[in-house]
Amino acid sequence: MLEMEICKKLDIEKIRRDFPILKREVHGKQLVYLDNAATSQKPESVIQAISEYYRTYNANTHRGVHLLSEEATDKYEYAHRKVAKFINAKSYKEIIFVRNTTEAINLVAYSWGRANVSKGDTIVLSEMEHHSNIVPWQLLAKEKGANLEYIEVDDTGCLNLDSLDNILSRDVKLVSIAHMSNVLGTINPVELIIEKAHNAGALVMIDGAQSAAHMPIDMQKIGCDFYAFSGHKMAGPTGIGVLYGRKSLLEQMDPFLGGGDMILEVKLTESTWNDLPWKFEAGTPSIAQGIGLGAAIDYLTEIGMDAIHEYEQEIVSYAMSELLNIDGIEILGPSSELRGGLVSFSLKDVHPHDIASILDMEGVAIRAGHHCAQPLHDKYGLGASARASFYLYNTKDEVDLLINAINKAKGIFTF
Amino acid sequence: MDDLYRENILDHFQNPRNFGKIENPDITYKDSNPLCGDELQVDLTFENEKVKEVKFHCKCCAICKASASMLTEMIEEQTKDELKNISKEDVMENLGISLGPVRIKCALLPLKVLKAGIYGIDKWDEEE
Repeated sequence: MLEMEICKKLDIEKIRRDFPILKREVHGKQLVYLDNAATSQKPESVIQAISEYYRTYNANTHRGVHLLSEEATDKYEYAHRKVAKFINAKSYKEIIFVRNTTEAINLVAYSWGRANVSKGDTIVLSEMEHHSNIVPWQLLAKEKGANLEYIEVDDTGCLNLDSLDNILSRDVKLVSIAHMSNVLGTINPVELIIEKAHNAGALVMIDGAQSAAHMPIDMQKIGCDFYAFSGHKMAGPTGIGVLYGRKSLLEQMDPFLGGGDMILEVKLTESTWNDLPWKFEAGTPSIAQGIGLGAAIDYLTEIGMDAIHEYEQEIVSYAMSELLNIDGIEILGPSSELRGGLVSFSLKDVHPHDIASILDMEGVAIRAGHHCAQPLHDKYGLGASARASFYLYNTKDEVDLLINAINKAKGIFTF
Repeated sequence: MDDLYRENILDHFQNPRNFGKIENPDITYKDSNPLCGDELQVDLTFENEKVKEVKFHCKCCAICKASASMLTEMIEEQTKDELKNISKEDVMENLGISLGPVRIKCALLPLKVLKAGIYGIDKWDEEE
């Protein structure tokens, strides 16, 4: 009984009405939006929050003593507190607003990495990382003469943690790993990885781009040192993302960008830095976007992250079993219980781009390509794959439309 | 889609003309579409300043393969100067379909590879 109470069921019809874009037609067909891992759609409440800011209290933050500026500052700062509560950080001081996950990772690579990584040190990534969790570390490693090591991905699409143990015997400074793979869907055992890394004296950064939007995230339970995610993948606007950092680390770090708002005092010879988190938010921030992210978090919290995660696993499990009925389909990644709400696949003799174009004409939006994870595709000997990714508003009926459209693509390429 | 994957495109995809490699080419060039990792190589031999033989092979989608196949038919016996004058519009007209900003790169990869191979044009004007 208790379990049933916890598993609050989603009212999908109501949720769908909250997202105005879902009424849209594409090529004369009802839109079936299955590209949520790239970016999610936005509910009316988020669109309204952004619009309300521009219509009624648009002003710069942290500057003016006039009412509009005070209102804007309040709402923008309050959005940090909403994020802190959403991911159970100890304080809003640990919540830095950035543009997106990519910028968050670059911030850590620049501010923390430059001061703490030296020649011969090792940074550990995995073979399933998005380019945004590879390239910033390659730049840092090149500058410092540090080494990059990669945790292997096994044939089932999971991390081989035995390979991590070997790597951790070296002088590892940081492990930076995806919470959930944007290609395989695998949800990685981050708590175990963090425990191993901390025991070896290394810090851990988690790329939460695919996870924060889809499942409950608890910074104090996970115990990572840095965590990054994007607003636009979680029903919020583009141009806003979050870096969580442990306060003691953020305090020691130098700023990422210099400029207005991040200073306490500026003299011609030197400056001192503002308090956290503003030390890392130079210049006029993305005010409307920050407020919009706050509204998105309100929306998701109201529905419940546990319920969203559970619902998406039901959808992905259904999608995987239906996909496997199609002759010539190969699914990348692990079984549905080990993954979040996305599935990448290849279809024999039909290129992913051709699948995506044919699906588009049926109103079904998916992603085709290497999904910014070329090393992973190279490992599997694939140039590209097709990916359907789900969110709280998708339905099993939409999965059926996806399957029908794939069968149509197959028909066109059967000679 | 019935428009995009029309009969002539599927025909060139299924039975690509001039598909393969040339053993001792005068020019060979390979490039990829960074958006999807698709790869295409074009080999050419010349005789009396004109294309004697052209072959291509690829790991790519149907639009790219059909475009390459049609392009190799188009350039038979052409001079280098004539090759230089082939435009993106010529390629699109030959294909007879209209494509959005992402997929047009699939259709134009063969021309990009051909021109880069002949003139060493590594930079490709992305304007459409």
